[in-house]
Amino acid sequence: MARRRALWACCAAMAAAAAAASAGCAGPHHVFDPAGGPARDIAALGRLLFAVCTVIYLLVIAVLAWALVRRRTEADGSVETGRRLTRAIAAATIASTMTIVGLTAASAVTGHGLTSPMGPAAITVDVVGHQWWWDFQFRDVSPDEFVSSPNELHVPLGQPVMIKTMSRDVIHSFWVPNLHGKRDLIPGQVTNTWIQADRPGVYRGLCAEFCGHEHAKMAFEVVVETPQKFKAWIDHQRESASEPADYQERRGRDVFLGSPCATCHTIRGTTAASRVGPDLTHVGSRMTLAAGTLPNTRPHLATWLGDPQSVKPGTLMPAVPMSDADRGAVIAYLRRLQ
Amino acid sequence: MMPPLTFDPRRSGIHGRARGNGPAADGTAAERAALEKTWRVPEGILGWFSVVDHRTIGRRYLVTALGFFLIAGILAVLMRLQLAVPDNQLIGPDRYNQIFTVHGTIMMFLFAVPVMEAMGIYLVPLMVGARNIAFPRLNTFSYFVYLFGGLMLLIVLLLNSAPDVGWFSYPPLAGPDYTPGKRADFWAQLITFTEVAALAVAVEIVATVFKMRAPGMTLDRIPLFVWAMLVTAFMIIFAMPAVVTASSFLLMDRLVGTHFYNPAEGGDALLYQHLFWFFGHPEVYIIFVPALGMVSSIVTTFTGRPIVGYTAMVLSLVATGFLGFGLWVHHMFATGLPQLGLTYFTAASMTIAIPSGIQIFCWIASIWRGTPRFTPPMLFVLGFIAIFVLGGLTGVTLASVPFNLQVHDTYYVVAHFHYVLLGGAVFPLVGGIHYWFPKITGRLMDEGLARLSFWLLFIGFNITFFPMHQLGLMGMPRRVYTYPAASGWGPLNLLSTLGAGLLAIGGLLFVWNLARSVRSGAVAGDDPWGGDTLEWGTSSPPPVYNFLHPPVVEGPNALWDRSADAPVVTGLRTDCREVLITDVVDATPNNRYEFPEPSIWPFLAAVATSAMFVGSIFTAWAVPIGIVPIAIAVTGWFWPKRKEAAA
Repeated sequence: MARRRALWACCAAMAAAAAAASAGCAGPHHVFDPAGGPARDIAALGRLLFAVCTVIYLLVIAVLAWALVRRRTEADGSVETGRRLTRAIAAATIASTMTIVGLTAASAVTGHGLTSPMGPAAITVDVVGHQWWWDFQFRDVSPDEFVSSPNELHVPLGQPVMIKTMSRDVIHSFWVPNLHGKRDLIPGQVTNTWIQADRPGVYRGLCAEFCGHEHAKMAFEVVVETPQKFKAWIDHQRESASEPADYQERRGRDVFLGSPCATCHTIRGTTAASRVGPDLTHVGSRMTLAAGTLPNTRPHLATWLGDPQSVKPGTLMPAVPMSDADRGAVIAYLRRLQ
Repeated sequence: MMPPLTFDPRRSGIHGRARGNGPAADGTAAERAALEKTWRVPEGILGWFSVVDHRTIGRRYLVTALGFFLIAGILAVLMRLQLAVPDNQLIGPDRYNQIFTVHGTIMMFLFAVPVMEAMGIYLVPLMVGARNIAFPRLNTFSYFVYLFGGLMLLIVLLLNSAPDVGWFSYPPLAGPDYTPGKRADFWAQLITFTEVAALAVAVEIVATVFKMRAPGMTLDRIPLFVWAMLVTAFMIIFAMPAVVTASSFLLMDRLVGTHFYNPAEGGDALLYQHLFWFFGHPEVYIIFVPALGMVSSIVTTFTGRPIVGYTAMVLSLVATGFLGFGLWVHHMFATGLPQLGLTYFTAASMTIAIPSGIQIFCWIASIWRGTPRFTPPMLFVLGFIAIFVLGGLTGVTLASVPFNLQVHDTYYVVAHFHYVLLGGAVFPLVGGIHYWFPKITGRLMDEGLARLSFWLLFIGFNITFFPMHQLGLMGMPRRVYTYPAASGWGPLNLLSTLGAGLLAIGGLLFVWNLARSVRSGAVAGDDPWGGDTLEWGTSSPPPVYNFLHPPVVEGPNALWDRSADAPVVTGLRTDCREVLITDVVDATPNNRYEFPEPSIWPFLAAVATSAMFVGSIFTAWAVPIGIVPIAIAVTGWFWPKRKEAAA
């Protein structure tokens, strides 16, 4: 029967599409590629949900297919058939209700495990959202100062890290798919979440709440490293900026401090101390520019400083007018700030 | 003077299965002529603006909403083109943000809700055997308010000043500090336009269903589509005030410097989200519940048997209406609300799958029991089940707080809500349009084209939206105008764009079929499908008075259960627009009521209201000044006629 064949073809095509989709489990930030406790628990719950839902879907479609193609009989109109159908509907409803109760319980159990880490947190990081970049502030390094690491979050391997989220302007959402679900950054509120990475590496984070023009280019990197390496990193970050080493770099510093650059950025150890834009004290040591948009290389830095709007249309970073020689000097100086 | 009201078994103005088709007998020509004259639809330009006929307004609503659907569809294609490849330069962020905002806003506020209302406005009075919808002048007013609101949005889109903060416009982003200019004001005021129009229609539908049902149409004999529209109307009445509050506070923050949502001055950014989603989640069901009613109508007709589990279906619709109000927080799981509260919303969100499931089971049981005819409307219903069940199940996964935290605001959610809205509401709607097109126009849509467009839409839909689940799991957030190649999202996005091409071709084919069938479709006759509800008992298209005599209903499937000598109501006056008012519960006649004549005042009131709404975007003075012309127009609207004054 042509109709029956079409139906089977349909089912086969859908199954193939589903298989193809689940096979493509790749990419740098996949929900089912967890690198930490919370993400692992959620992935396990997700697999359970998908398994249950797939079974239900196939059952429903199979019963529908049977209902469509089965041979009709004289008894279909009888009261007895009606009663049997009502019983079948009731049974299916009870089964769905029990499934729902089970899934709600599984979800609540997983959710309870996500509320707080098992042990005390190794460090606390303030995550401050800005249009369109991230500020990660390490406040418990010492009582009177904090280290600001824009768009690059370093965390020690295997230790719980408390995250305090806040926003300077609009609502953003902090999300590292490999480590944990989202947490919104809401102006006027401070909320807590946590992550714990158990696989060293660099994981990409994204803004997940629409926050205006450059929502698409508001990413960051999470660097998971051994506690020793992390300690070395944070000690280095606490230091003031490197001094310029040669004439070119000195000229770059002077141009920077004498230009509008210094009205928005901080370079600790100099007179630049504004917190409008990202802290540049160690900008040369970072992996990316413009919130995960460009790799931090000399030519990309030149492009970014020369015409920020071409890289990130709408960015609040202006193109500061200066001669090519001056810009070259500023680039040399910023590269020095390791 | 008034003739007595009787149930007259001999003079049937309705023909059901039992009686066969053909005009009713014995000298009703004079009566028909009198009704024709009394209920005449006014002509000419002035007439066009004063019409109060539910079928005319329903058709206009339908055509306008489908026009907006096409526009929003074009915007969707533009978005898919921009996302087809990584780092695409086709559309910049400013334009892209306007496009996705207007796409969502049109689809939700100017297409989905109005198109369902359009079907209700056209069909509910016919299905309950009434001559017109209750409050017909309000109906005209609502149409023009809706039209003007929609035109305002289109004009600002063409002027490159369209809203660009997303269809739910969260402050502070939509507030005065981060969206200067008028873009967000146009959005907030568009909401006001559609709220007013939707509330008007909701009130009309409730009144029509409660007080204008044909005698004998007791609560347990109301067609499921009418039940669905009734539940929808109540949801509109309870949900819309929340969004009125949300958008008015937003406008006031922007226009007169209040600080409802400004945390720096003691306001609260999350307040908006609670208010908005208290409306926003029921909104989804406001779109989806009427579609369920259409599915029930189509399944009943094309299986040729009464639906299995009518009572369960009605209770499920009502349960959906209640539960729909208890899940708004599942849009806010990532905001950091307390865990225990969130668990409640997980349970509530999962629970709503049960009434939806019951309806699916009932339809499948009906199909199992009956003899399905694979007509185009039925194909769309089968496509609906295949798509909607998947969308419902991804909805269950989204209800789980921990899993939701990972996929919230990603393409997984985009996939989910297109499965439930496009698959769950638009597929039944398109099936419903194929089903009722012969009733509305008197002609059938071309079956070959209908089948072709179904397959293009079904396959195109799945190729477009299925890969988005995977993109969401791969970490692609929604509302991004571009993405880097290193993300790995390129191939699936390209596949999705190709699917969107198929979907667009299918959609255009459907529109082409509509356009050509209006003129040259095969003549349908009164009841081409053998339907069970009252609208199939009158001619196609129905006369201006709908039924010569209000029918008397004898069972849940009005035409099928009709006995050979079923009575009709006679004795209503034909020289004025007299209608029969019946009891809410058992639909016994308890009054007669004279409906208003066509009038230009509702149109003028809509113009004055629109002027005030648009004016208040620019100055708060528009409110006190704009109220004056509205008061004048409304006074004209309700001015008693000399004839009534004398009586």
